[in-house]
Amino acid sequence: MGGEPLGDLAPPPCGEGMGEGPLRSTLRLTPHTQALSPQGGEGYVADSTPVGESLRLRLAGFVRTLRDNDFTIGLAETRDAMAILASPAADRSSSLRPALRALFAADHSDFQRFDEIFSAYWTGRHVRTRLKVVGSTGAPQESPRRRGEVRTPEGEPDMPDRVERNAEGDDAAEGRGRPEGATRAEALASTDIRYIVDPDEIARTHELAARLARKMRARLVRREQVSRSGRRLDLRRTIHRSVPTGGTPVELLWRRRKPKPLRLVVLLDASGSMSLYTAFFVRFLHGVVDAFREAEAFVFHTRLAHVSPSLRDRNVTRAIEKLSLMAQGIGGGTRIGESLATFNRWHAKRVINSRTVVMIVSDGYDTGEPERLAAEMQRLRLRCRRIVWLNPLIGWNDYSPAARGMQAALPSIDLFAPAHNLESLAALEPYLARI
Amino acid sequence: MKRNEIADRLAEVGYIADRDLATALWLMEFLGRPLLIEGEAGVGKTEVAKALAAVHQTELIRLQCYEGLDQNAALYEWNYQRQLLAIKAHENAGEDPDRVEEHIFSEKYLLERPLLAAIRRVVPPVLLIDEVDRADEEFEAFLLELLSDFQVSIPELGTIRAVSIPRVVLTSNATRELSDALRRRCLYHHLDFPEVDREARILLARQPGIDARLAEQIARMVAAIRKEDLRKIPGIAETLDWAATLVGLDVHDMRQEPEAVQDTLICLLKTQEDRSRITREVTERLLGKVA
Repeated sequence: MGGEPLGDLAPPPCGEGMGEGPLRSTLRLTPHTQALSPQGGEGYVADSTPVGESLRLRLAGFVRTLRDNDFTIGLAETRDAMAILASPAADRSSSLRPALRALFAADHSDFQRFDEIFSAYWTGRHVRTRLKVVGSTGAPQESPRRRGEVRTPEGEPDMPDRVERNAEGDDAAEGRGRPEGATRAEALASTDIRYIVDPDEIARTHELAARLARKMRARLVRREQVSRSGRRLDLRRTIHRSVPTGGTPVELLWRRRKPKPLRLVVLLDASGSMSLYTAFFVRFLHGVVDAFREAEAFVFHTRLAHVSPSLRDRNVTRAIEKLSLMAQGIGGGTRIGESLATFNRWHAKRVINSRTVVMIVSDGYDTGEPERLAAEMQRLRLRCRRIVWLNPLIGWNDYSPAARGMQAALPSIDLFAPAHNLESLAALEPYLARI
Repeated sequence: MKRNEIADRLAEVGYIADRDLATALWLMEFLGRPLLIEGEAGVGKTEVAKALAAVHQTELIRLQCYEGLDQNAALYEWNYQRQLLAIKAHENAGEDPDRVEEHIFSEKYLLERPLLAAIRRVVPPVLLIDEVDRADEEFEAFLLELLSDFQVSIPELGTIRAVSIPRVVLTSNATRELSDALRRRCLYHHLDFPEVDREARILLARQPGIDARLAEQIARMVAAIRKEDLRKIPGIAETLDWAATLVGLDVHDMRQEPEAVQDTLICLLKTQEDRSRITREVTERLLGKVA
């Protein structure tokens, strides 16, 4: 019963212009819209509240709209929303809005977006711009396919790798035509990512990157458990445990340090000069965020975007697709200094603690002021444990960090390492394990 | 309590809430859900709980979270020392061991920690779980269980059910992402720094002997300072400190006494970097704009 009457609230699917402009961030590229909608909780609330049928359907539609905008809303919330609608708070929108917002929003970004969605849905303003993105069941499946120009016909997890595919197709001969098996993986690991152009190989490279990220994490955790230090007697618990034996401490209890996982924050440069590497690192990012318990990812070109939420999407293809959309530079230069300033000001407090390693992946070509970059790097350095700067260009033979931005950043960097292939990434692991 | 009443009652106890917060507090009552409040340090998150307790004339039970907080510190603990003494005493009296055991695991030997205390009060208290983001994730999961069932099972004693359901306020500084489950369980409100008008009213409510004009000036000035690029943005407590200082120095019009303003800025600016950023010139420029 859910889908039918809601049809008129959700305008027909629209295919055009979906990937453009500000709508991009609110876009849900999910094919699950249909599967989600029936859990609106209709039957659930039907007999419990005196809310009219039409209002209930309106609410179900609203809940669906919110879900389509990445709100997490369960049955209990829907039921409580019914209760709110039946209460005096529903008399005026000035009280209904904050009430529903307190109920449905789960974090600051929900909180900020809610008002707009609320007025769009209930008062009909901006309905066209907002609602046409959501609730359309057909378009979302279509869109990633079309945008990605997928080559694998059966729709396997394919990479958003437009960038490599088009680039430098000719001088890529070294990287291909390897035999199957381990050697092949090995060869892939040491080939500069620039030279990998075959879609299959690209997919495999990305697979390796994700696996590497996972392996790194496992290694780090194990290290912490083995090298626990400072075993001391826990007197309080020992006495507690001795109560059943009449006060004789038969069983001694020890206090040990709780292993604390390393937190990894990755800032990925997605500017034009990095384009050959971006898709690869996006995949690596996904692996890292997936594998580390505490990891955050940011992408920057002219400005900074927090991308961890998109990366947590279970659906790998979709997550990476989303991210690649965000990572596409709008042209113009990289503003590393300003992006770092944004990071320091708005995100650092939340994502950085004393066990955090900040990993910056960038070639250091900065169009902003080098002084700004240097100052922001210093500021960042004070907050975190280590700064690792991965520069794909180091892998090039005659590279020296001459770019002004790179020069400015160097004093604050703990490890300046190449990242042009998988081997170089793997070489980082022992370093991270020592931190 | 009606929704409109809440804001008025909060104002009576000295907390000036905006309409949205009042609605959230009403809703918390109406739905019986915990309220999660996020916001910068110093926007008055903890004060909400205190004011709420004052409004309902009930006890405020506070659990300050920190890394490594465990159930022993948050929920209950046995009073080992007394248990051991009791064992020794009964041993000498030659009592039946089974009865001794029953005796030493009775409520008499149970130490209530904040969470247990909160569900055992006859009058529902306000339970403030402060800075929940500092606690470990394991603790968060445990908290979630408590917040949905409101019962605690103690292996030696059995299950203790809530006598009354406390009003629960959680605060978070967002130093760590909270789990989705906890977020969903709670109502959510994001507190911002108060707008000038509300901050002035807070000053009038909290600072005795301040006149309306100075309160307005201070509020404007603080709002302007918050817009500067500072490392640590001053909170409401800092504003109150500053107001108290200015009143103490007998300042009535900030424009007349820029020296005093500059000298007392240490109430607001807590790092060297921020101090050096708000120079005399900057202060004068800001004063010219706001006063």
